[in-house]
Amino acid sequence: MGNVIGIGASPKRKEDQRFLTGRGNYVSDIKRPGMTAGVFVRSPHGHAILRGIDKGAALASPGVIAVLTGEDVAADKLGSLPCGWGISDAKGVPMKEPPFPMLAQGKVRFVGDMVAFVVAETPEQANAAAELMTVNYEVLPSVVGVLEAVRPGAPQLFDDVPNNICCDWELGDKAAVETAFRKAVHVAKLSLVNNRLIGNPMEPRAAIAEYEPGTDRFTLWTTSQFPHVVRFLMGALVLNIPQHKLRVVAPDVGGGFGVKQFHYGEEAVITWAAKRVMRPIKWVASRSEGYVSDRHGRDHVTEAELALDETGKFLAFRVNTLANMGGYLSTFGPNIPTNLYGPLLGGVYTTPAIYCNVKVVFTNTVPVDAYRGAGRPEATFVLERIVDVAAAEMGIDRVEIRRRNMIPKEAYPYQTPVLVQYDSGDPMGCLDGALVAADVKNFGIRKADSARRGKFRGLGYSTYVEACGLAPSRFAGRLGARGGLYESATVRVHPTGQVTVMIGTHNHGQGHETTFAQIVSEKLGVSFENVDIVFGDTDRVQFGMGTYGSRSLVVGGAALSKATDKVVAKGKKIAAHLLEAAEVDIQFEAGKFSVAGTDRMKTFEEIAGAAYVPHDYPLEVLEPGLEEQAYYDPVNFTYPGGCHIAEVEVDPETGTVTLVDYTAVDDVGTVINPMIVEGQLHGGIVQGVGQALYENAVYDEGSGQLLSGSLMDYCMPRADHMPMMKIATHSTLCTHTPMGVKGCGEVGTIGSPAAVINAVVDALSHLGVTHVDMPATPNRIWRLLQNASLPVAAE
Amino acid sequence: MKPFAYHQPGRIPDAAKLLTSIEDSKLVAGGMTLIPTLKQRLASPPALIDLSRLENLKGITDDGATVTIGAMTPHAVVAASKLVQAKIPGLAALASMIGDPAVRIRGTIGGSVANNDPAADYPAGVLGLGATVVTSTREIAADGFFRGLFETALEPGEIITAIRFPVPFKAGYAKFKAPASRYALVGVFVAKFADGVRVAVTGAGSGVFRVPPMEEALSQNFDPSAIAAIRIDTDGLTSDIHAEADYRAHLVTVMAKRAVDAALS
Ligand SMILES: Cc1cc2nc3c(=O)[nH]c(=O)nc-3n(C[C@H](O)[C@H](O)[C@H](O)COP(=O)(O)OP(=O)(O)OC[C@H]3O[C@@H](n4cnc5c(N)ncnc54)[C@H](O)[C@@H]3O)c2cc1C
Repeated sequence: MGNVIGIGASPKRKEDQRFLTGRGNYVSDIKRPGMTAGVFVRSPHGHAILRGIDKGAALASPGVIAVLTGEDVAADKLGSLPCGWGISDAKGVPMKEPPFPMLAQGKVRFVGDMVAFVVAETPEQANAAAELMTVNYEVLPSVVGVLEAVRPGAPQLFDDVPNNICCDWELGDKAAVETAFRKAVHVAKLSLVNNRLIGNPMEPRAAIAEYEPGTDRFTLWTTSQFPHVVRFLMGALVLNIPQHKLRVVAPDVGGGFGVKQFHYGEEAVITWAAKRVMRPIKWVASRSEGYVSDRHGRDHVTEAELALDETGKFLAFRVNTLANMGGYLSTFGPNIPTNLYGPLLGGVYTTPAIYCNVKVVFTNTVPVDAYRGAGRPEATFVLERIVDVAAAEMGIDRVEIRRRNMIPKEAYPYQTPVLVQYDSGDPMGCLDGALVAADVKNFGIRKADSARRGKFRGLGYSTYVEACGLAPSRFAGRLGARGGLYESATVRVHPTGQVTVMIGTHNHGQGHETTFAQIVSEKLGVSFENVDIVFGDTDRVQFGMGTYGSRSLVVGGAALSKATDKVVAKGKKIAAHLLEAAEVDIQFEAGKFSVAGTDRMKTFEEIAGAAYVPHDYPLEVLEPGLEEQAYYDPVNFTYPGGCHIAEVEVDPETGTVTLVDYTAVDDVGTVINPMIVEGQLHGGIVQGVGQALYENAVYDEGSGQLLSGSLMDYCMPRADHMPMMKIATHSTLCTHTPMGVKGCGEVGTIGSPAAVINAVVDALSHLGVTHVDMPATPNRIWRLLQNASLPVAAE
Repeated sequence: MKPFAYHQPGRIPDAAKLLTSIEDSKLVAGGMTLIPTLKQRLASPPALIDLSRLENLKGITDDGATVTIGAMTPHAVVAASKLVQAKIPGLAALASMIGDPAVRIRGTIGGSVANNDPAADYPAGVLGLGATVVTSTREIAADGFFRGLFETALEPGEIITAIRFPVPFKAGYAKFKAPASRYALVGVFVAKFADGVRVAVTGAGSGVFRVPPMEEALSQNFDPSAIAAIRIDTDGLTSDIHAEADYRAHLVTVMAKRAVDAALS
């Protein structure tokens, strides 16, 4: 039966063979015959009226083949870049959805907005010509912050979007919350900013487009997390290309983190232009270009209030948020700070009444959309911060207040007041495990040791839950999704018994080629090496919604599991015929079909052979071949969660925060490959630590310039920022996914920012510090200490 | 990157001649600063004159009272040099804090000093030690060399060939790294000589500068406590998204104390 490597094993990742030997195949590695080079001309202004574009000098520049602008887009009557979600306000009024032209028309609305596309024989010639473009801008004042954008008199991005408010969204029972607040013994209040982030995948975005006149077909190679969705959005809604005439390929992709799960204007422009010039075109973004065009993440300003009774029980939670959308609505934009935020405000607690209002706001910044965690880190941060604030104000221990409010294990399934129903979980178990792993009981000794060295030490908790495995289509449809969110898998068993899987998710660092092969190896009893996973090509893979929202294993893996079940079911029919037994008597185990209670059996390979050489085969009732397909639409979200504990040391002299220890005990359901899960946790936590301590996308109010526009000014977390992490799982099984999996791709990013900031505040609490905004930079901490220590000095 | 001609002269006079005869041509040493500006099309010199084949520009020598480092000596070589570690350990430490391993292997002392980035480390060492910049035509004292924001006393066509450092009694460098770039948000070099102490600050303003009140205090008493209460004025200090001027001023004192500590240890 060969080398079965199944669920629970940690084989080395299959895909690393090619990645580590430099044999990956990324978009920019691909060369097409006669390929040309494309360069985008981008707005240097945050907000301006386009008074005219002079292409003349660029067109006359050596090697230039075409120069295209918004006027050409309009002349060809192409569609606007679509938004995949339509949300509504409390009265049911749909969000404002101004057009998002693929090349700017009339106005530019952020630095980086595209105004022209230059195609030339070489990248050098395209760049040189782009520099010769004369664009006449009438510069307008920019507004970049949400608070500023909704103020009377603020610059208006769109004529028909008053006060720049796209949608005034709400969730929850406002009246019940107000009643509960009136009864409260204590109300904790917190104002906070959730800092704006830039994804920075290692591979910048890139695309190649080609048109074949012979077949009237387009091919787009693109750095995408969801090629089928790009085919649909771009083909059906923007360029009017029939689906069967458009192939979208997302080959190896060097990291996404959400940044590559949108349909970008660059993809549409290059595909459209490829037919106009009748030559393949390649565009590869520079890192700097990525900074002003990759969709950004987070960017909230929030006021929160938590009502408590005298024992510290949460009575109600009220949250008012302004969420930045940037200059236009990106693919998932308005969904992130609403549907992926409000429903998570219950956390792991029994809070009976919750109300959330989110004003979704346009500003002169890069469009904001999903970034690893997408909405849930923001919700977790608000909730886990205010729990600490309440605990401090009421003089209750931070762990104790969490315990008093936690949903007990026995109470699952648990219906929250904000739409979602948690199917399973054990937050208390995760907390208990983390307290031990983090050696919390000896924290006092470590704190005293830090104090001897002149440092302040702090401990921070985050007991959190998230919703992933996006998503149950019917539910999502009610919330405003304009597409389905199921997944599909095809299991192709070859005549010799090896297996090729075609799956609609996309692997760009998550280890799918390994994890999915383990599932097939386990379920079909075939060798791990004999399973290949194919993804990222609309011509090879039947359909798929792609990878985001920690959905690949949860939804895609479920489809795969169902498809393998179908293979086994058909195999049993074939075996029953060959073994002259009744189908009900056939058992399948460890790669063998056998007649129960006998030693008569056929191997998986023999059955595959019989299916493709059907000489002795029930052709009257069964089709030859052994290939099965399944689509899976989840019945609920999954709810991974856990407890993260951060330990920090603050140098009061410089304000530097050092993360000295980190513990995460997470409930991710069934673990297929522990090594990969641990890796996902590591990466996710580092990204969350990045948000908490280092990363910040800063725009200049007025000019709309991105001040943190390169790695010189945008601080990514690095290996030397991190201590060794203690990662463990404490799993309860998801009750509705076939394998009990819950997903692990985003938990690290969701749980960690609150843990880190809570630790920083704890370290400084003796000075009266009650909150620190992210990122907790040395300058910011020093400033807090300056302000905090003044009254102390005056005593 | 726009096309350019590439020259690799073998003698300093040839290099100087190319530099003056080809208008807007540029010297390239380690290329760590120059090449990225070419890639971003921020500069497009018609010709690059590579210094890597020139004789006598690499290596470290000492004559007892001074240590001389050739302009083309990479940071990694200075950091690992037994000679520098023995004579001016603070300078070896400074070199070891520049950038990352790749940058230290390619980047050179001559390139760094010629570039005079306001947040670079070497200018603090050169000014703090009162070194002499040796060029193809003359010798320039550090005090007259750095002229603020990427400006130096170098004339067109002039090539740095070496930096000559007087050996101090004690010297130390403390650097507060800018979070993203890891250049100096504030770096302070402190050196104690027979005739007094020199304190040079990089990163805090538009160019490296000395701090006379700290020099006087440390000349009296070479101990961190001597300068703990000295706060430099925020006038002329940089404020940006990473640090406001008053925070930088505060860090100058903190880093100066730590530099003295380093010199004493
Ligand atoms: C990622 C990164 C991180 C860095 N971090 C730091 C840091 O932490 N601290 C720091 O101090 N620096 C840092 N640097 C800069 C680095 O130290 C460079 O090596 C240095 O600034 C320039 O040296 P170079 O030899 O590479 O010069 P080049 O890039 O080759 O040249 C720089 C300039 O100097 C001129 N030039 C070069 N040699 C001479 C000469 N002999 N005579 C006259 N002119 C000359 C060139 O014409 C050019 O204008 C960093 C660089 C990078 C890329």
